[in-house]
Parts: sequence; C-alpha cells; structure tokens
Amino acid sequence: MRRRVAVTGIGIVAPGGIGVPAFWDLLTSGRTATRGITFFDPSGLRSQIAAECDFDPAAHGLDAEQIARSDRYLQFALVAGAEAIQDSGLDLAAENPWRVGVSLGTAVGGTTRLEHDYVLVSHGGQRWDVDHREAGPHLHRAFSPSTLASAVAERFEARGPVQTVSTGCTSGLDAVGYAFHTIEEGRADVCITGASDSPISPITMACFDAIKATSPSNDDPAHASRPFDARRNGFVMGEGGAVLVLEELEHARARGAHVYCEIGGYATFGNAYHMTGLTGEGLEMARAIEDALGQARLDATAIDYVNAHGSGTLQNDRHETAAVKRALGAHAYETPMSSIKSMVGHSLGAIGAIEVVACALALAHQVVPPTANYETPDPECDLDYVPRVARERRLRSVLSVGSGFGGFQSAVIMNLPREKTE
Amino acid sequence: MSAPHPRRAAVTGIGVVAPNGTNTEAFWKATMEGVAVLDRITRDGCEHLPLRVAGQIRDFDPPAAIEERYLVQTDRFTHFAMAAADLALDDAGLGRSDTDAAPFSVGVVTAAGSGGGEFGQRELQQLWGKGSRFVGPYQSIAWFYAASTGQISIRRGLKGPCGVVASDEAGGLDALAHAARAVRRGTDVMVAGATEAPLAPYSMVCQLGYEELSTVDEPDRAYRPFTTAACGFVPAEGGAMLVVEAEGSARERGVPVRATLAGHAATFTGASRWRESREGLAQAIRGALDEAGCAPEEIDVVFADALGVPEADRAEALAIADALGPHGTRVPVTAPKTAVGRAYGAAPVLDVATAVLAMEHGLIPPTPNVFDICHDLDLVTVRARAAEVRTALVLSRGLMGSNAALVLRRGAAGAS
Repeated sequence: MRRRVAVTGIGIVAPGGIGVPAFWDLLTSGRTATRGITFFDPSGLRSQIAAECDFDPAAHGLDAEQIARSDRYLQFALVAGAEAIQDSGLDLAAENPWRVGVSLGTAVGGTTRLEHDYVLVSHGGQRWDVDHREAGPHLHRAFSPSTLASAVAERFEARGPVQTVSTGCTSGLDAVGYAFHTIEEGRADVCITGASDSPISPITMACFDAIKATSPSNDDPAHASRPFDARRNGFVMGEGGAVLVLEELEHARARGAHVYCEIGGYATFGNAYHMTGLTGEGLEMARAIEDALGQARLDATAIDYVNAHGSGTLQNDRHETAAVKRALGAHAYETPMSSIKSMVGHSLGAIGAIEVVACALALAHQVVPPTANYETPDPECDLDYVPRVARERRLRSVLSVGSGFGGFQSAVIMNLPREKTE
Repeated sequence: MSAPHPRRAAVTGIGVVAPNGTNTEAFWKATMEGVAVLDRITRDGCEHLPLRVAGQIRDFDPPAAIEERYLVQTDRFTHFAMAAADLALDDAGLGRSDTDAAPFSVGVVTAAGSGGGEFGQRELQQLWGKGSRFVGPYQSIAWFYAASTGQISIRRGLKGPCGVVASDEAGGLDALAHAARAVRRGTDVMVAGATEAPLAPYSMVCQLGYEELSTVDEPDRAYRPFTTAACGFVPAEGGAMLVVEAEGSARERGVPVRATLAGHAATFTGASRWRESREGLAQAIRGALDEAGCAPEEIDVVFADALGVPEADRAEALAIADALGPHGTRVPVTAPKTAVGRAYGAAPVLDVATAVLAMEHGLIPPTPNVFDICHDLDLVTVRARAAEVRTALVLSRGLMGSNAALVLRRGAAGAS
C-alpha cells in the first residue's frame, strides 16, 4: 500500500512578523512588508527596496554561540524549525533517529557571510590574492551549502537522510518535494523540511540589478511588488525561512497528531530554454502540474486554489498564467490564483517553502490569501488573482507552483486528508 | 524490502574530467597505474596561502570543449560539468537527435559544494573594488549551486526532472541515488554526477577553516589515509557525470548495461564527529545492502571514503567491519582518490566511475602514496590487483556530517 505523507507542524520566519500567527495575519490583511533597504546603504543600486525581517534571534531562543556561528539564513531555519517541531507535538527523543530525515532548500546559502568576510580578506575588493588572516572563524560554514541541513539535523538530532537542496528559486518547493518522496518511498518516517535564504546583501542585490529582474519602484516600496498587474516592473527581494514537519500518515495518526494536510504530489521539469528566460507557452510548468496531479490521483478540476510563483516580472506572470491555463484548462478561470510575493517579497530559495506553509494555512482556515497591489488587469494575465482582499472559500486541494533560474519548473499539490482508503 | 525494483537503474555512460585525466581512457589508465598527480598549487593569487597541495586539472582547454556563449556565462565548475556530461552522453550513444525525440524523458541532477567560486570572486571584486554598476549580468547564474544542472539541461535540450543536492561529499552519492529513483519513477535517462572547482583564492581561504584539511606541503606526503602519517585531506577539482538509464531503455537502444545502481542509503551523525561516523556509516552500508538485496560476502571491493584523519580513518575501518562482519577484513579496499585529492561532492562520483571501470577490466586500482596500513583492512596499495568484481560498495562521508553508501552490480545484474 502506498505510504501517505502528512504535514503535522509548521514554523516560519517571514517579513512582516515572526511565527505562524503573525504571518497568517499579514497574509489575510493584505498588508505589504516591503520597504526601503535598511541593512546597508543601497545607494547606487537600481533596486533599493526589499521585504526585510525584523528578526531578533536572541528573542527567539538562540544563544550567543548559536548566533555567532550561524549565518542569518541558518538562524531563520533554526527558529522556524523549533516552532514547527513544537507545533507538531512530536517527541523527537522518542523517535528512532535513523528514521528522521532533513531536506532543506536554499538558493544562495551563506553568501551574506561570504561577502562580509570577502570584503575583509580582499581589503575592500582591492586584491585577488586575498589575505586569509582577516577571515572570520565561521567562514567555512558559510562556504558549504550543506551547513543548512546539517545545522538543523544537529539541532533536532535527526540521523536519517539529511540533504540540502539548491535549485535556485525552486529550492523550497523541491526540498519539500524531496522530503515527500523520501517518506513515500520508505526511507524515513519523519522529515524536517523547508527552506531558508537571506539574500538582502550588496552582491545579491547587485547581481539582480545587472539583469533588471528586481523592481526599481524605490519611491513607493509598499506598492512595488505587483504580481499580475499590468504595471508590474520586477520582483522585490525578500528573505525568510519556513520549516514543515512531514510525517508518514499512519505514524502521525498513531500518535494522535493534528494533520494540517497531506502532500499529494510533486514534480519538477526543466525548460531547457534559457537560464533566466521563459517561453510564452508554459509547457514545462504545465507538465509539472500534470505529473503532480497524477501522483495525487486528482483531476485538474479538483484544484481549488493555485498559489502562484507570481514574482511580478513581466515574463514570469505571463508564462505562469499560460502554464496554469494549459494544465487546468477551463477550470483555471474558476480557480483563484494569488501571489503572496506581493506582501512578503521573493526570498529566492526560501519562498517556495514559505508558500507551502501559506497553502497549509489556507487549507486550515479555508481562506485564500490575496494578491496585494493588484489593480490594473493585464490582457495576457486574465485569471482570478484575488485582488487585495482575502477570500473565504471551500478548499480541499491546492496547488503551489514555482519557477526559477536554470529553467526549473516545480509543482506541489496539497490535500485535506480524505478518509477513503486507496 | 529486497524485491528487485521493476525499473532498474543502469549506468550506460561515463564522462570524467579529473586531475589525472580529462577523458575516461586517460583517467582509467592513470588510476590503474596508480599515478599520483597531487602537486603544489600554482593558481594565480594562491601562492601565499597555507594550503599548498591540491589536485589540479592542467590539461583541460575550455574553449575546445564548450561554445563561447556558454563559457562566458559560467564558472569553471560548470565548464567541467558540461564537458563531462558531453563525454557521458557520447559514451552512452545518446546524440542530440535521440534526446530531442523525447526531451521530457531525460533529466539532470548534480551535487554541488563549491559553487562558482572563481566567477564569484571576480564579481565581488568588481562590486567592492569599483561599484555595483560593474557587476556583470552572469553573476546571478554562474555563482549559484544550480548552475551546472541548468546549463547542462539547456545546452543539451534536456527537459526531464532537474535537481541539485548540496549535501557534502556524500551528496555525490545522493545525486546518483536521486537519479536512480527518478528512473524508477518513470524517467528513462538521467545525466547525474558532480564536478567541483574549489581552487580559486577566496574559495581556498574559505576551506582553511576545515580542521581536517592537510597543510603538508610535500605532495607525496600530504594525503595518506589509513597510515600513521595521516594528516588530513587534500582538495581537488573536477569530477564525473554518468548516464543513469532504465535497464529496459538501454536494452531497447541496444547499448550495454555496464552496471546497475542497486542500493543506496544515507545517514547523518554530525559535522566533524568522526568517532560517531562509525555507526552512521555502518548503518548506511546496511541500508544500501538491504536495498540491493546483497549479502556482505557478495561485496568484491570497497571504495573507501579515506578522509586521512586518524580518528575518521579508524571509524571507517570499524564501520566496514561492523557492517560486513568477518568479510570486512578480507574484502579488498581501495582509495584511488589519494592520487588526485578529494573533489568534495565529486569525489564519490569519480569512485563510482572507477568502480564500473574496475568491473569491466577485472582490476582493482591501488591507493597511491599509502603504505604501512595501521588498520585491519586489506587496502590495495602500490599496484592494481586482478580480481573479478561483480559487486562494489562505494562509501562517502561529508565534513558537515553526512554518510552514504552505494552498492553497484556489474552488467545486467544477471541475478533477478
């Protein structure tokens, strides 16, 4: 019999408020957490705005040593992880540690510390033959992307399959997808999954500036992220981390756990077209959706909500609209589809997991979060984007999609548990 | 649990770009002969660093292998990946017309640990030395860990499942296992493996924090696992890509199934907790044997992780004994990576490539620079040993705490 996979705990660090209640409050209020960058002086950049987290690691239970040795993105993951484990009610000490895995995504990982220490060892970008004596003591942990999953596995004493997933902007969805398959295939009974990134740094802002992917609406940051709106002009950088506890369904039921939802299917394909460009057709994303539907044994008409990638770049929102129409057919027009990036920005590798948490909450509350700032329809984006105001709706099955550099297109389907046996 | 999988994952192509050979033939010849190529680092900007020895690729000419438009937008690690993928696809007899006929049936998965360090350092220097306007348009796609998977997919027109794992050295085996699972789930072909390029000056500075790193400056003495002279590991660049294909697909195309990826398991025991890696590695070996339906006595050779740190070497020798029982002290063990160094996530992928070649040639390659073993292992030293290799076990551990084991069966696994 097929093993089913339940979401039993969620935790989050996102712009606009730390923790699940603050996050859900933000999403349902339609407020935006985008603002002028405060972490460094952004003058000289084309895009000087971001969705920053007001995050005090000490206030969230990290001690001085953890704070010193952990990059900001690791701190997000540790704090969100603690919230998710607590929420799940799982007693990890009672679990077989070899059956507990970790699958976490990040796109740019330790680059904030890599850049910080680079400035020291290069004497401000003056020398190629960098001076190692100026480097900080934790630099090697920033160099290795596996530090993310490793730090979380150490903290929660997982000894099963532990991996960091780094597929750029689909990292968060892919990490959850890998965790889902890990449990489904029987390689673990519990998997701590999610993603984290803290990309609001000079080098990451500069490299997206160079390709004009980010919004230059510096004079109106609160309204800069405008997915699907005709006046959209790029994404707004974000940061954050989200962690979910996935569990084999019978394992969760045996301990009487609260089940938010099940993961029903996950798929990813490459467009083999361009590292940053998208075709107008959305063929590959549609294929990912269809494959995920197949795994979930659902018809396209079963989808009650689409959580969009909706980055707010001209090409993304067109591409995605085409892909969803291709996969869901006429049903796409009857299905609300919104982008929470309008409120929390685009935190690169983290956002996919943040969006999966948003979907779990949407299912729990039977409420669809809105697309903030959506005002002016674009003829090429003609679906129901849930403008500005959250909406109550009967939700059984929801779809979250992601699209990223490298041409990767991913889809995850989540369901409320159904009691029928398969 | 040990029932054979309905769709077995076969290796049908190998592409190697390594310090001791930038094609599979040269690599195998050097590996079999035990030619050590560790050398003083000669990269510009590295002369003054207290890391003196590495495995460097000297005879790779990127413009000869890769088109200009891909070269300019990628780092050295992706140059290696694209070249190795070409070699592997050629080796498997998969041309552009074959993959274009069913692009969704061919996916790509890589492991990555170093990222595009040289490219990244250049652009950081532009940003901090000159200003943000001087950062080039390719930084966003060259530095990140997903660059190689994306570029291979685009350059070869492959639209199947694309993945990137960044799980330490052991991630190389995880990537191959990921490919095998994609095949079992229905994808016909996966191009899978890892390449690394960790020898840019700033990347080397980042690695200096690893307490396991060897700082010995004589190439012959810098990396000597399983001896009393063990003093850490030496980094390397390069790696390998393999074509992992459904056995049925290979049969339909009429290409030989060179080996099957029969079993894999991964565990975690904490960063640099080498004593505890004994239990984790033994657990991974048991898991991989179980998935392969393989008895310990069937293992004909073990490719060791061979970190070169006394405590880690001891843990590995004990883990092999724990998991394989009495067979653990009799089975030939080898670590050909002492010839080239450890190319992080690519190191175990090179070992898997070597294992397939060892099966085909009936020869177990030696462990260069290593004599006087101080553990209860039958380590193959000095020269290659003739042996029938039907089943191989490849081990890997990462500096951040991952342990992995992979079981390979020769040919079409006649069994089943």
